[in-house]
Amino acid sequence: MTKENLETLLSKHPANKKDGLLPILQEIQTEHGFLTDELLAEVGRYINMPVNKVYGVAAFYDQFRFKPLGRFHIQLCRGTACHLHGSSTYLGELEKQLKVKAGGTSRDRRYSLELVNCMGACESSPVLRVNDTFYPHTTPEELTRIIRSLKEITV
Amino acid sequence: MQFNIEINEQQVSAKRGETIKNVLDRIGIHVPTLCYLNGFSPTGGCRMCVVEIEGVSELVPSCSHLVTEWMKIKTHSPRVLKARKVLVELLLASHPDDCLYCERSRNCGLQDLADEMNIRERKYHGKRQLVQIDKACTSIVRDPAKCVLCGRCIRVCDEIIGVYAIDVVGRGSESRIGTSYNKGLNMQTCVKCGQCIMVCPTGALSEKSSFQVVLDALNNPELFPVIQFSPTIPASVAEEFNIKASKDILNLLRAALKKMGFNQVFDSSMAADLTIMEEAAEFIERYNKQVNLPMFTSCCPAWVRYVEETKPQLIKNLSTTCSPQQMMGRLIKNYITSSASQKPENVFVVSVMPCTAKKHEATTDRMKDGTSFNVDAVITTRELVKMIRMLGIDFNSLEPESNDTAFSMRSSSGNLFGISGGHLEGLMRTIHFMMTGQEMSTLKISELRGLKNKKEARIKAGKNILNVMAVNGLAHVNAVIDDIEANRTDCQIIEVMACPFGCINGGGQSLGSDEKNLKTRMKSLYDVDDEEMIKVAHKNPIITDLYEKFLAKPGSGHNKELLHLSRIIPETK
Repeated sequence: MTKENLETLLSKHPANKKDGLLPILQEIQTEHGFLTDELLAEVGRYINMPVNKVYGVAAFYDQFRFKPLGRFHIQLCRGTACHLHGSSTYLGELEKQLKVKAGGTSRDRRYSLELVNCMGACESSPVLRVNDTFYPHTTPEELTRIIRSLKEITV
Repeated sequence: MQFNIEINEQQVSAKRGETIKNVLDRIGIHVPTLCYLNGFSPTGGCRMCVVEIEGVSELVPSCSHLVTEWMKIKTHSPRVLKARKVLVELLLASHPDDCLYCERSRNCGLQDLADEMNIRERKYHGKRQLVQIDKACTSIVRDPAKCVLCGRCIRVCDEIIGVYAIDVVGRGSESRIGTSYNKGLNMQTCVKCGQCIMVCPTGALSEKSSFQVVLDALNNPELFPVIQFSPTIPASVAEEFNIKASKDILNLLRAALKKMGFNQVFDSSMAADLTIMEEAAEFIERYNKQVNLPMFTSCCPAWVRYVEETKPQLIKNLSTTCSPQQMMGRLIKNYITSSASQKPENVFVVSVMPCTAKKHEATTDRMKDGTSFNVDAVITTRELVKMIRMLGIDFNSLEPESNDTAFSMRSSSGNLFGISGGHLEGLMRTIHFMMTGQEMSTLKISELRGLKNKKEARIKAGKNILNVMAVNGLAHVNAVIDDIEANRTDCQIIEVMACPFGCINGGGQSLGSDEKNLKTRMKSLYDVDDEEMIKVAHKNPIITDLYEKFLAKPGSGHNKELLHLSRIIPETK
């Protein structure tokens, strides 16, 4: 994220006001993918809040990430319905095949894996999402196919 | 409005607006607390102080619950006791249980609670926290595994010191007291004042110990260990050993330090006199040229760090004079030991300070001459007391020792450095003398005394009227800085001490001190000022001697290198 980008983003919010903190953090994350200490320090300076407090707020919410996402961001639902339909076995498979831990990013930054509590699509459980594509009613065979196709794409 | 309430089937009168705990304190009923901090608004987070109220289904925290008319309270009913016990047991569930080796053993809020609740077995087995000990900081060690999340450190850091170095990170069972990106205290705005250690109920926060370094130096035949102590140390040590802080305590302390194996014992107050001389000369020079005013004092290392880290635009206003600790170190290494025919590199200077930030100050690069530091090790009051006990020195059977080295002579002005306003008082006496050639009519400046966070005085020195200010508790200084940046120009000198009420309440002092202790310590310093003959720095014979034989005129010549610091002043944008 360039300095100019950040400045334009911040200028949409009132300076020296703490109310804007969450929207600012969300917007930065949408644009930059994750939050860095430099960005938090700039935000703190803009809304006049110590950087440790900004980090304290950001660390409270699961929605904020402090590590970069992979090229393919995989979200696996662990809600009740998905769980009952076997999403927990999918987790092991994904971790093993893509060499990435839940909540982490693979070393080549190709994959990141996130567990989410509910995607609001329980009727289609188990649900998997890769970047912006949803995979409803995922079967184990389908999962293998998805993993294979992810591995084949060259970026 | 007065009304009656019933506590443990006894009628007690209470006032509207009081909390239950206020009433309990007044009538002498003790309820255990953990997150409660005197002088702060209650948070009610730890639930340790819960009581039972008739007709209310839940237990309520007495620290934050207000009394109402005819409330019927039970403070130690079986239900209450059980609830408290479970709370403590849950806190202990994931505690490391290494009390035998813990810094805070026998002086720990959690240990006391476990004892009070008569907990004799581990009932719940929680997951051990695998968290790194943050020990990269030069002054403070943080061990999050021992933390009970009471949040007292955060409140002191935010509200009293105002540097916001730590906060709660994470949520629920993952919550920790931490820093931004878990980078460690030395990477933060932390000023190392150590006030967080003073309020921490457990061993989660402690000073970085120099205990072993000092013991090793004492036993190393090649080294020549010497020690200096800050003016607040005698009273605090007296407190620890239950001796009345009388005039004798100074000589008793000297005797104890000698017995520990230090070859020479110095009083930092003498260096404080020298600080006054240099600072006074520096101020008069600035005042005549009308540059870099107001001048901020630079003896509090926490304050200096705050300016350098957070308010770099004010670095030019800081006095360049070294703090007494460093000055003493430089004098010992450059001058005093040469007369004792010791090589400077063999001299090991230890200083006892009521302060953790001094540890940091002593290790910064600019406190170095060539390869050796001016001060080799800094220990806090607490470490000194431990060391005296370890070496088996019985304070009560010691023979008082009068000052053996000539360099122990000090004026009572130098002695006042231990308290907020005291440094300024001593400084003004000498500034008045330097400006007018006459002593002040009354040396005592009562406006600068007392336990207040901000004290102002107007001092007439000949034709000049000087407005001076003493601020303590770093959080209070921001308002003053804002005033100055909004073009307040009528203030010439501002003394800042980071800890509330000054070094008497420093982060290295005995834990668990209350206001009464502070008052005793303060009184002992002012008593010295009342009783002693030499009350001003410029009348101290050692100082005049030093200036004649060794130093140039105050504020000039090679004093600049020896007694002043060059600060890097950032370019203004």
